[in-house]
Amino acid sequence: MTGVRGVLYRELRIYRRRWLKHLASYTVSPLLFLVVFGWGLGRHVELDGTGYLAFMVPGLVTMAAMTQSYGTATEINIARFYWRIFEEFQMAPVPAWQIALGEVLYGMLRGFAAAGAVIVLARLFGVRLPLSPATVGLVGLHTFAFASAAVAAAMLVRSHADQGHINTFFIVPMSFLCGTFFPLSRLPGWAETVAYALPLTHSSLAIRAASLGRAVPLANVAVLAGFAAAFFGLAVWSVRRATA
Amino acid sequence: MAEPAVHPKTPPHPPPAAVEVRGLVKCYGTTRAVDGLDLAVPGGEIYGFLGPNGAGKTTTLRILAGVTRPDAGVARVAGDDVATDPVAAKRHLGVVSQHVNLDPDLTVFESLELHGILHAMPRPTRWRRIEELLAFAGLADRAGSLCRTLSGGLKRRLTIIRPLLHDPRILFLDEPTAGLDPGARRRLWDLIRSVHRRGVTVLLTTHYIEEAEFLCHRVGILDRGRLIEEGGPRDLLEKLGEHAVDVPTEDGTRTRFFRSRETALAFLKRAGAGATLRRTNLEDLFLLRTGRRVGP
Repeated sequence: MTGVRGVLYRELRIYRRRWLKHLASYTVSPLLFLVVFGWGLGRHVELDGTGYLAFMVPGLVTMAAMTQSYGTATEINIARFYWRIFEEFQMAPVPAWQIALGEVLYGMLRGFAAAGAVIVLARLFGVRLPLSPATVGLVGLHTFAFASAAVAAAMLVRSHADQGHINTFFIVPMSFLCGTFFPLSRLPGWAETVAYALPLTHSSLAIRAASLGRAVPLANVAVLAGFAAAFFGLAVWSVRRATA
Repeated sequence: MAEPAVHPKTPPHPPPAAVEVRGLVKCYGTTRAVDGLDLAVPGGEIYGFLGPNGAGKTTTLRILAGVTRPDAGVARVAGDDVATDPVAAKRHLGVVSQHVNLDPDLTVFESLELHGILHAMPRPTRWRRIEELLAFAGLADRAGSLCRTLSGGLKRRLTIIRPLLHDPRILFLDEPTAGLDPGARRRLWDLIRSVHRRGVTVLLTTHYIEEAEFLCHRVGILDRGRLIEEGGPRDLLEKLGEHAVDVPTEDGTRTRFFRSRETALAFLKRAGAGATLRRTNLEDLFLLRTGRRVGP
């Protein structure tokens, strides 16, 4: 596991130096969403038999964990195209899967930290999210999927600008349309079908059910696991392709 | 049945070349960056790839380092195929890239520590080697500095000592002295020679003629992805004639080469005003073979 250790050493050293900036980026947008949608719009709204804030917080946890675990793509991108420091990993005598796994574990760590920040913030708004092993496990699977997608995307794009396009056309629309802020049943039929084809929908449904103490929908967990396996396979393949 | 005779002093197979390349091809679109390259570098040599920008030097080195895939051909490092067993091939290698590829947010120590971890070095060995190399490169007092704060020369030194940490058998240096002032270039040459004295085979690329002549036991002159000349710098120059007389003409400078200094001096007298005598260099050879210059 030399490659995993090496990648994590590098990422965690840098993370330690920037933790305050990271913390700020974890908290600002969830805080705004809590104020605008929680206090401003949703104070007297009930959804799925629960208060709007209690409905929205698991969605925010899922969205923040996705944004941060996927956010490693930008860092890998800068390391690849701007500083060219990804070469240090590529030239090392370690298999591609170890490099991919190291980056994925780092992405998961960022995702968990962001989820934790939302959970703490939500308490300030009076929402206490019970932390069951199922919730933690599902957040783990969810961050694994999106951190893997991040590695694949960062290794497959040809420029920093292309990375931005993926964020604009894939990540941001998913954040709003995949059950974060309202139930999917409110979407028109065709949009609901599209939403079900996206991984965040399955994460949101499973994590919300687990956090509200309901039965975890196994079909959604299975689809999410499928996405996670496919994205990780793609991540390993893309690192191998760039590392002869 | 009689036992086969044993000859302990004769190995059953000769040791593999440090670097072996056969029929190597790499295309970018319609451009053939490497075009059927054959090469063998025995262990213990300093071998230089000489050629202008775009000759295929860096692409060849990147294929050998396992970061670019060839389209055809075989490339082996210490007998291990870089395409079929890249992890084994990379174990023999240290690579210094053309550009400074240091992590600006890691310290000097952390950069070396990361390299050591990636090469599975146990911590006591890793730390001992880091201490040795920092002293060797004159960087001991900068161990805790972030790489972004180092001067260009110090960054270059760090990129050169970093791959030495894991004691590679073969060191690749891609344009190691590009952009350095003459003093820093000389110091790096001394560093490369002292690395070689430790038993490391060195393969470097350069477009500085004097670098190839000063450092290399053999040079391979590359043009458009092909090896057009190969040999010891002195042998190549002797073949051409070690003395050159430049004669200015209306169409530009014409150069004639001579094996003996006396013949060259006799020609110089006849050539008249403006003609000059000098020593032949590898640039002359390249110019003669391709009609173009090596340098920028």
